[in-house]
Amino acid sequence: MATSVRATSGGSPPPAAHPPAPSTGSRKQWPSGRGGLRSTLYRLDLKAVPYVFLAPFFLTFAAFGLFPLIYTGWLSLHRVELGGSAQWKGLENYTSLAGSEFFWNALANTFTIGVISTVPQLLMALGLAHLLNYKLRGRGFFRVAVLAPYATSIAAATLVFAQLFNTDYGLINTALGWAGFEPVAWESSKWPAQIAISVIVTWRWTGYNALIYLAAMQAVPQDLYEAAALDGASRWRQFLSVTIPSIRPTILFTVIVSTIGATQLFGEPMLYGGSVGISGGSGNQFQTLSLLMYEKGWVTGALGQASAIAWVMLLLLLLIGGLEALVSRSNRSRSRSRDRNRAGRISTKAGS
Amino acid sequence: MRTSSSRHGRGRRTVINAVAAVAVVATGTALLTGCGGDSDKGKSDGAAGGEQITLRIGTFGSFGYDDATGAKLYSEYTKAHPNIKIEESNVADGQKYWDTLKLRLSRDSGLADIQALEVGYIAEATGPAMADKWTDLGKTGGADVGAFLDWKVKQATTGDGKVIGLGTDIGPMAICYNKDLFAKAGLPTDRAEVAGLWAGDWAKFIQTGEAYKKSAPEGTSFHDSASGLFNAVISSEPVQYANAKGELDYENSPGVKKAWDTAVAAAKGELTAKLRQFDEKGTWNAAFKNSKFATVACPSWMTGIIKDQAGPENQGKWDIAAPPVAGNWGGSFLAVPKSGKHTKEAAELAAWLTAPAQHAKVFGVNGNIPSSKDTLSSPAVQGAKLPYFGDTPVGKIYSEAAAGITPAPISRWDGQVKTFLTDNGILDIEQRGTDPAKAWENVKKLVADKIDK
Repeated sequence: MATSVRATSGGSPPPAAHPPAPSTGSRKQWPSGRGGLRSTLYRLDLKAVPYVFLAPFFLTFAAFGLFPLIYTGWLSLHRVELGGSAQWKGLENYTSLAGSEFFWNALANTFTIGVISTVPQLLMALGLAHLLNYKLRGRGFFRVAVLAPYATSIAAATLVFAQLFNTDYGLINTALGWAGFEPVAWESSKWPAQIAISVIVTWRWTGYNALIYLAAMQAVPQDLYEAAALDGASRWRQFLSVTIPSIRPTILFTVIVSTIGATQLFGEPMLYGGSVGISGGSGNQFQTLSLLMYEKGWVTGALGQASAIAWVMLLLLLLIGGLEALVSRSNRSRSRSRDRNRAGRISTKAGS
Repeated sequence: MRTSSSRHGRGRRTVINAVAAVAVVATGTALLTGCGGDSDKGKSDGAAGGEQITLRIGTFGSFGYDDATGAKLYSEYTKAHPNIKIEESNVADGQKYWDTLKLRLSRDSGLADIQALEVGYIAEATGPAMADKWTDLGKTGGADVGAFLDWKVKQATTGDGKVIGLGTDIGPMAICYNKDLFAKAGLPTDRAEVAGLWAGDWAKFIQTGEAYKKSAPEGTSFHDSASGLFNAVISSEPVQYANAKGELDYENSPGVKKAWDTAVAAAKGELTAKLRQFDEKGTWNAAFKNSKFATVACPSWMTGIIKDQAGPENQGKWDIAAPPVAGNWGGSFLAVPKSGKHTKEAAELAAWLTAPAQHAKVFGVNGNIPSSKDTLSSPAVQGAKLPYFGDTPVGKIYSEAAAGITPAPISRWDGQVKTFLTDNGILDIEQRGTDPAKAWENVKKLVADKIDK
């Protein structure tokens, strides 16, 4: 907001030697009759203005976040196609999902692709961050370089990888041929296709997670390392016993974010599959939940069923979020009990 | 920004500030949420006599009307009707075009005055959900419906007899073959002899494939794609995905069974290059360039694709022969949405654009095979040739194929079911060696699961 300009101050900002405005306590001086409006406005100023300033966010969120969410929920209880009117179906869309092998196939694919892309990705990111944390030459350059894949567009990256993994002309099969192996059907066989897609995801997100880990590692006090080194701990030992415990919350955070990303995986398999990308290959061998949702909604026009899948995905993510909360809470209480035992040599409980 | 300390920030000035803040925020959100109304629908209402109006036409792919690369029909029409301006908006991808059009129809906003429709979606457009959204071009615009091929008109006719679309082109089908590869495999190369190899029966086409395979040049296949073959066979069948009532009944259709069996025979017999047509990775396109296969099912619009993909280095290698059985694969219509402001003028323009004289002009520039009876038999079409195919009488071959087309009843789910049958059924057998019976079961499950009837 611009400074309010009053005629008396001739357009310049009010000088500091202004008669002081009534302070908070002076409200009682006004007889309620005369200052009714003024005091109301004043109260409004105090109470309402913050909300007014926050309103743009909440209004846009309501229009573009909350409303679509609720509307999708409403749609998922109907049979509806674009341009048609909705017919009430109750929970039928959900029960038919439970009996649909394509839904379970997509759920399983989402899970397997999620695991084979997330686990190596986070382990590699940890290693990378650990390396970047040392004083090495050209550190700044490397830190920028690991982020480069993240800055590439999904489409461009996937197209390049699709060429590399091409069964007939691809570089990877050619190299395998030189090494004396049979060519691998990187698209039509289930596991090779899922691995190829996971490679794209891993390539893209490893650097991003590495930078998050690096930021957390920078905050680990240096004297812990010095103390460990004095005790004769190797670099590897330091990494395991100092670095990892210190950045545990960050690791948990990246696990959650990557899980959400993996659950919503869409662009990579779709583009990797080319013309049969939406069905996740000719035998649905890499169709994820998002692809199934897209296929239902925009290919066959069953918007109700697509909405049901969207809500199932939301519930899945809420479940994962709940698990995350539980894990972090138990982590916190564990670390508190560790702090109480100053000796720090309590036998670790199972699952730590 | 206000920088004065909070001590000064009390009292009336703040009140004014607060009110101003509310006002700004309110207008801001109004701007955010007040989405734009409909797009400009022409400059005036009610086109009486000499009033200036703009007609908008929405197309996809290449219709060949425009003034830049087409037959310059727009400038011709506006010369004769000085009060009319024509604007074309073109989308390359037909599927995306249709999805957008459906959305706009459901909202009755953002529609052009004339919208092109592809034959794959015409049954959906004439179906119960959409039939009432279109102007009856049999009654407005003065089109001579009798000039079109009867089956073309029938496809665009609703249950209660309204004609909602006027035919532009059709997709009569032949077989394009690579003369070089045929010669190397010891097969004849003369187009009449080649056509004789398989005349009348798709089974003979498979037999020709077996013969080719016996002495095929290294690394080549007889046909490009089993799913392409499926499409070709089903295009030539009188019963396809729908029964006579226009209900989806692909499981019991003799046409689907025949196409499926033929395609499976080709896949199992290793007669195909195991490619998917129009594959986005360009593998299919590359195979044209490298002469990886000897034949491809060839609707009239495929000749342009061969020219572009096989490239100048293969000029003169390809020829066109009559198909085993004549069929139609593709083609379009022009329709006029009811909600437009100038439906009468739009209907007149659509009628003019699809009249036989204009069909001939478009064919001359773009090679689109016309859907009007007289144009098909006109000397301009009969004598037409394409430079890339040398002296091949393209016009004659395709007009003969068009004469042999028996239209099949269509249902609104045809395009969808076709995708499942080809991409998830045939392609799966071809590329992953799935057992055909299992693949068929899988297609049935897919249709049951994904088509929300």
